[in-house]
Amino acid sequence: MGKKTGKQTYQFGNPPIILSTGTVAGPFEGLGPLHEDFDEILTDPRNNEKTFEQAERSMLTKACQLALDHASCSTAEVDLFLAGDLLNQIISANFTAITLGIPFLGLYGACSTAALGLGLGAMLLDGGFAGTVLAATSSHNSTAERQYRYPTEYGGQRRPYQQWTVTGAGAALLGYNGAGPKVTAVTFGKVIDLGSTDPLNMGAAMAPAAADTIFQHFQDTGWDPNAFDLIVTGDLGKIGLDLCRGELAENGLTLGENFNDCGVMIYDLKKQDVHAGASGCAASALVTYGHLYKKFQKKELQHLLLVGTGALHSTTSFQQGENIPCVAHAVRIEA
Amino acid sequence: MSKPKLTPKQQKYQNKAKKTEPKPHYLKNVSFAFISGGLICMLGQAFIDFYSAIMNIPLNEAANPATATMILIGSLLTGFGVFDKLAKYAGAGIAVPVTGFANSVVSSALEFREEGLVYGVCAKMFTLAGAVITFGVMTAFIFGLIHAIFH
Repeated sequence: MGKKTGKQTYQFGNPPIILSTGTVAGPFEGLGPLHEDFDEILTDPRNNEKTFEQAERSMLTKACQLALDHASCSTAEVDLFLAGDLLNQIISANFTAITLGIPFLGLYGACSTAALGLGLGAMLLDGGFAGTVLAATSSHNSTAERQYRYPTEYGGQRRPYQQWTVTGAGAALLGYNGAGPKVTAVTFGKVIDLGSTDPLNMGAAMAPAAADTIFQHFQDTGWDPNAFDLIVTGDLGKIGLDLCRGELAENGLTLGENFNDCGVMIYDLKKQDVHAGASGCAASALVTYGHLYKKFQKKELQHLLLVGTGALHSTTSFQQGENIPCVAHAVRIEA
Repeated sequence: MSKPKLTPKQQKYQNKAKKTEPKPHYLKNVSFAFISGGLICMLGQAFIDFYSAIMNIPLNEAANPATATMILIGSLLTGFGVFDKLAKYAGAGIAVPVTGFANSVVSSALEFREEGLVYGVCAKMFTLAGAVITFGVMTAFIFGLIHAIFH
């Protein structure tokens, strides 16, 4: 167990490099403050496909191809494809895997999938099991709303604590032949249930899981939180971010200005009227693989802790009155 | 559907989370619903008057074609993608009248048309409205029974 540090963290002896990334954002995300950092922005949420599900899949495929193109890598050179999404049986990832033709490991971490894929991919590389790994995820507002909530044209009023599912896809190519930021450590989280049952208030449900993993990461590594330029959670939104900050403070870990959330960063919360912020697998994927990856390239970022957050409930489990199980995985990325 | 009992730790967190939950603007929502609901009912009344005056339908029967017209309007607004934008402000004002019922049926039918005519549109059309229909039929039956017994 040479690579395991503390209870839940793995530090890499030979840290894998994020060789390239690919991002495709939906039209609404293209109106947000980070629009310049996305490789492609769709003009039509259906992306000229017959269904929204096919549109999501086309975005995921495109993001993967962009990541491969940016590193001038062919699919034949990639050992494993790690991907997942929010739809039942991770159908977007499954179909994308057909197109790519790379041996596929399907992941389900709900909105934590970007961090989960990055962490697992890095482990496979550092363990010597693979030379190049492609990790990707996607979400689509219309497919997620249909599966989890109401039809798109249904006229319901949104709650002020609700979050907006991001339409987009992000992919990262991990390997050793090239330059880029390195994945140096990963902390896999425990599934936490602090009694939340409201699937419309995801931020509050996921905040304890994020706090647990962040706390454990610092316990395990002994790092100083101030050593990070940015500690960013996946999609807690405004309310979840404050709750997470509070939970950490109660455990004696006070985070400062360098603590933020992808779900808060991706939209202009006031102008875009998204209430508490963004959610969905693509929230952390677009922000990390688009915005933050560009910051690494511009040398504006040295140390990043990405904490992907996921609510692991299903429509059946919450209709049967079960609590929402939540998880968070932290990935340390360094220049 | 029995809720699992919360442990003290869970209860403590839920109390905290409840406090951070922003409340909807009740006064704004209620006034918007009052005005929009009133306007919609006024429109409905206008149709009743129209059908009875112009088409010579007795006043107590004119409500039926008027309701059908309101349903048609609600359905068309849903199909053109306008209903949800209106509902964002009108809230209960547009959801409680028959327009809301039309929206719940048409939005479901639209949403699932890719799953085919039978298993998609026809089967899923009532996913939201089904409960309303069931309760409506049950209530009508019970009150019909009471009416039959006491008259």
